[in-house]
Amino acid sequence: MKKLAYDPLNLVICGIGGQGNVLASEILASTMNDLGCRVAVGETYGASQRGGSVMSHVRVSEQWDLGVLIPAGEAHFIIGFEPLETLRIARQYAGDKTRIIYDPRPVYPGSVLRGEAQYPPIDALKAEIASLGASALEVPAADIAMSCGDARAANIALLGAFSCLPGAPLDSAALREVISQRFRGAVLEMNLAVFEKGCAAVKEGGANHG
Amino acid sequence: MDWTMTANAPGKVCLMQGNEAIVRGAVESGIHFAASYPGSPSSQILGMLGKIAEERHFYAQWATNEVCAFQACLGTSLAGARSICIVKQNGLLCVADALHCASQHGVKGGVVLVTSDDPGAHSSTNEFDSRYMAESADLPMLEPTNMQEAKDMVPYAFALSEALRQVVIIRLTTRVCHGRGSVTLGELPEANRPLTTVNAWDRMVCLSFRHQTMLDTLEGFREAFETSPCNHYEGPEAPKKLIVAGGTGCLYSREALRLLKASGDVGLMCLGTIWPLPEQWILSKLRTAQEVLICEEVDPFLEKALMALAGREGLTLRFLGRQDGALPRVGELNPENVLSAARRLIGIAEPARQKASSAPLLERDLNFCAGCPHRATFYLLKQALRREKLPGVVIGDIGCYFMAGAQPGQYAYQACNCMGSGINLAEGLGQLTPYGMDQPVVTMCGDSTFFHTILPGLVNASYHHSNMLLMVLDNSATAMTGFQPHPGTGLTAMGETVQPMSIRAICEAMGCRVSEADPFDVQETTDLVTELLHEPGLKVLIMKQPCATLMSKQRKGKVTVRVDQSKCIGDGCGCDRFCSRVWGCPGNSWDFKAGKAVIDPVSCVGCGVCAKLCPAGAIIVEGGEDA
Repeated sequence: MKKLAYDPLNLVICGIGGQGNVLASEILASTMNDLGCRVAVGETYGASQRGGSVMSHVRVSEQWDLGVLIPAGEAHFIIGFEPLETLRIARQYAGDKTRIIYDPRPVYPGSVLRGEAQYPPIDALKAEIASLGASALEVPAADIAMSCGDARAANIALLGAFSCLPGAPLDSAALREVISQRFRGAVLEMNLAVFEKGCAAVKEGGANHG
Repeated sequence: MDWTMTANAPGKVCLMQGNEAIVRGAVESGIHFAASYPGSPSSQILGMLGKIAEERHFYAQWATNEVCAFQACLGTSLAGARSICIVKQNGLLCVADALHCASQHGVKGGVVLVTSDDPGAHSSTNEFDSRYMAESADLPMLEPTNMQEAKDMVPYAFALSEALRQVVIIRLTTRVCHGRGSVTLGELPEANRPLTTVNAWDRMVCLSFRHQTMLDTLEGFREAFETSPCNHYEGPEAPKKLIVAGGTGCLYSREALRLLKASGDVGLMCLGTIWPLPEQWILSKLRTAQEVLICEEVDPFLEKALMALAGREGLTLRFLGRQDGALPRVGELNPENVLSAARRLIGIAEPARQKASSAPLLERDLNFCAGCPHRATFYLLKQALRREKLPGVVIGDIGCYFMAGAQPGQYAYQACNCMGSGINLAEGLGQLTPYGMDQPVVTMCGDSTFFHTILPGLVNASYHHSNMLLMVLDNSATAMTGFQPHPGTGLTAMGETVQPMSIRAICEAMGCRVSEADPFDVQETTDLVTELLHEPGLKVLIMKQPCATLMSKQRKGKVTVRVDQSKCIGDGCGCDRFCSRVWGCPGNSWDFKAGKAVIDPVSCVGCGVCAKLCPAGAIIVEGGEDA
């Protein structure tokens, strides 16, 4: 395996219940475990099956058993499924070294749809996210997934994008293999197509505010 | 996932959820019997045990409630079986009477009770600390720090349970249950130990003269815990400053000391045996310490116990922890609050960290899932109650429909106690009719809750002719915790198909008047509810519509719901953006640019109820065929 760029290496995946956070963190964590690392994962989802804020902390070390939560400011990577949730997490966990990738497609909270609150202006959200880490890259994960036939595969697009980031603890080949073990037939083909497009989005540079 | 549960691959390192680690520990212990009622955060344990029970030759049951589960375990103990019962903190409170009797009569085959606490109440209505139950019932309790210890503690608990013939409790917390970590597998037994004959003079009887025996047994555990492999110390031989940590507090503390570069100066005591305390082991470090920080989940249980111990020994120490205010009195431990408390212990000022903006960020409220039948139920209940001259009283209960007390359920109810309480609160109110209480009284329960605790309450309400309406929200699932089977489903934990019990037949046998309705037939069901509100006596209304998440897993063919924006009149309609604003399903979004409704294709599950309710008929449902 690649030698870890940081030890412990800390990664946060954040979004909204139902977007596939838990599967994404589980795939990343079990891949790192199989590569011989000590892994700890903390899932915060509570009762929010759908619609609530959720986050997963994935921590990897070559020497320590770690607590399942990352201390504030210590994330090396943030993978966000939604801009407001990405900002919420970046404010707490981003530091000087943090690389952020996120889907800039807003999912409106109920209070916005009911007209009780306003969703923050998207440009202000993007600017604040970009100001919080070392780099912030937009990946249109839900759009990529929908273009391949299933909106629920946005998590795979983000995993593809993550695996192509500089300093990522594992490469595309390793993740592609794990995905190939999890899915079969047409679903696998669709997921692999989504994965490649996610990776390509990073290689093309996306909309980089770094 | 199942593979790691049953693989005989000692030494292999697997990534496991804490709940999976308990399953693996149970299998390595050679259990004969497992029983549970689902409750977050430990719901997954019995589900997984059920899947592998046949292969590993044991019996696993989703019991009707926690008392059934625990007492069944006690029963099997008489035949020398090893049994494991899994509950959450509220379930443990249900088991209290059985537990206090069990500790007096003891066990024969090993009985391990796993309880999962929910610090921070992520998926609970409270954050009750189950350690008080161990203290109150004079029972031993263990608490793991990580997933590896969670697995290893199960065989350790069984060995102790059989050596000292007592129930052993393992306390988990949400971060252990739902967290994942690397676990090294142990050996699996080739075959389970044979059961033993129940002899004529075997006794497991709760009698007061056993009180002293029980206390002697507890002393036996204390002695065993003095040298337990569950307790660890790291740091200076004679620490002046000490952290005593239980459960998750241990890893947070270790990391805090590493970040503060204080690992060599501050002692860290990780306590895996929570009750009774290994007093001599603790005193060996407490005696030299001047200041001690206690990091524990929920209440200052260890903090108070250590204060009492220090007082008894005449030690003068400064205690920091949840009672002293170094750690918050409510909510869960996290790396930040432990780091901050460790700084206080060491005497380092909080750094002036360059803080990100603290301007408030929009929060996301909990909501019923897209397509949830409960949304329709509470919408129509509110509609019916508004037709009444007198406002109704609605009593809630525990399940997904707990959320009905807030916006997703139109702020439907005024009171909610514990699981199964709604029927009883409503029964009491319904008896006040002759004394001037003239508002209609409504309560609700889910189908799983109906079997869990509603039954005795319904007998009581029917026998005493209370004036009330019970709505059974039958969505064919224990939905909140992940679709576990219950007696109404015709399925068991081990995957057998059995005769389902009819809620309607049970209610009728109790003498209740029963109606059935589909909440998705919004108009007809509103009329029926209105009618029932006017009728005196006890009425039961069964709302039948399967859980949307369950349905979306079973539905054949793709259903597409879309808004025909040429038909949607937007704000000119007069419907007040009914679909996204009033109905409030996550699938109903708003296209702010077009000023018209839109369906969010990621959230929508295709139930199509919004299409029935849209006054402009702008929502179109296409394709699909129900399973």
